[in-house]
Amino acid sequence: MSILHAKNIHAYFGTNHIVKGISLETEPHQVTAIIGPSGCGKSTFIRCLNRLHEETPGARAEGSVIIDGENIYGERVDPVSIRRKVGMVFQKPNPFPGMSIFDNVIIGLRLTGEKNKEVLASVAEESLKDAALWDEVKDKLKTPGTSLSGGQQQRLCIARALAVEPKILLMDEPTSALDPIATSKIEDLLSKLKKKVGIIIVTHNMQQAARISDTTAFALMGELIESGPTSSIFTAPRMQQTEKYITGRFG
Amino acid sequence: MKESMFDVSLRELKELLLRMSDLVERSIEIATTALEQQDPHSVHKVFSLEKQINQCHLMVDAQCLNLLALQQPLAKDLRLIVAIIKINTDLERMGDQAVNIATNTERYLKQPPIKPLVDLPCMFAEVRAMVRETFTCFVQNDVALARSVVKRDDRVDALKHKIFLDTLEVIKSDPAKIEQGLSLILVARNLERLGDHATNIAEDVIFAVTGEDIRHAPRVETMIY
Ligand SMILES: Nc1ncnc2c1ncn2[C@@H]1O[C@H](COP(=O)(O)OP(=O)(O)O)[C@@H](O)[C@H]1O
Ligand SMILES: [Mg+2]
Repeated sequence: MSILHAKNIHAYFGTNHIVKGISLETEPHQVTAIIGPSGCGKSTFIRCLNRLHEETPGARAEGSVIIDGENIYGERVDPVSIRRKVGMVFQKPNPFPGMSIFDNVIIGLRLTGEKNKEVLASVAEESLKDAALWDEVKDKLKTPGTSLSGGQQQRLCIARALAVEPKILLMDEPTSALDPIATSKIEDLLSKLKKKVGIIIVTHNMQQAARISDTTAFALMGELIESGPTSSIFTAPRMQQTEKYITGRFG
Repeated sequence: MKESMFDVSLRELKELLLRMSDLVERSIEIATTALEQQDPHSVHKVFSLEKQINQCHLMVDAQCLNLLALQQPLAKDLRLIVAIIKINTDLERMGDQAVNIATNTERYLKQPPIKPLVDLPCMFAEVRAMVRETFTCFVQNDVALARSVVKRDDRVDALKHKIFLDTLEVIKSDPAKIEQGLSLILVARNLERLGDHATNIAEDVIFAVTGEDIRHAPRVETMIY
């Protein structure tokens, strides 16, 4: 059973038709990587998977996304509740300024009305452990999140996303601002995390997609050209355009 | 489109492999012609060719390793390099087999011939043609030709079998011919191995071009008969 099934997604900025009918199904306990040239609509597409796209003025999306048997574009669905189910981590780490490490992690839970100190503390610890950050910050939970290194900040954002127990974690080029060591920490982390949450990651780094994902999807000019097991996409893709892109002979 | 640095390295690598296959082809030609014409005077060339082949063997491997480490090729580029690494091994062994044929020929020609050679020249022709076709399909990415090379190997195997049996009869009837008979049997065996290496290369070409691995697949022929 798929954990997320996007069907025929179209996305627009005003009259600009950016995502042109992409369908994608992801399995539980898997990392799905989306690759494709810059500007092809990868970020726009994954922002449709938690209804973030429509927050941009003038932007609109069509299609359906089935998560847990429910269409998140259904009539009575509250977009905010969707974003708890479908967490997101962005390219630039964005811990909330002026907030401690601890508060950064539990902010989502606080917003849902959770006040029990013990619950908050145990969720913070568990989330930070899941994000492989606990050992590095357990003695300074009260210091500002922004005082951490870039790689640590990104893992803090992952912990923040995990704290509300999402089904799916969307990651938009989460390591592109990080050095190789911080990058490999996050890559290692993903292979453990996928046991808990489904992961969809956009990456412009093909070697990264090859290393960490189970399924790879290749997008081009707003369309999905091909998706399949990562090992076949990178050794013997079916489509010419995929072949050209991943061998660097594009355009 | 301008050739990228990677494409240049890939082209140079292919050229090196072609030089190597040319050396292999020449050494097979010399070794088999010596036996066919019962004239051992040029077999020493096979030994020096083998040294050059070994040099190429090392160079090809080093270049492949570099390309893998530095360029991290994918898809058809990755398949091509993996195929070249394997083809390189086969070519080097083919050089060794040419040397074996040369050595067996020298030994055989130390005494007067024990029998007229009938099937062996056929096998020479078959194997040389097979080797040439293998190299052609590599140069031209010709999958259809590669598939026909793979099929051709059955004929080589059949000829080897026939030479084994015929030579065995000659030996049985006259034990004085054992040593020379054995040389002929060994040459047939060396040729059969050459055919196997050519087949491997053809299979690697098919893999590099299409991504399809046809090794160990049951052949229609063997399923029918
Ligand atoms: N806020 C925006 N307003 C208008 N156009 C946008 C906006 N964000 C992205 N676009 C356009 O949408 C297209 C796809 O962008 P994006 O989804 O970010 O691509 P990718 O993530 O694959 O690099 C681009 O042509 C970009 O210019
Ligand atoms: Mg993007």
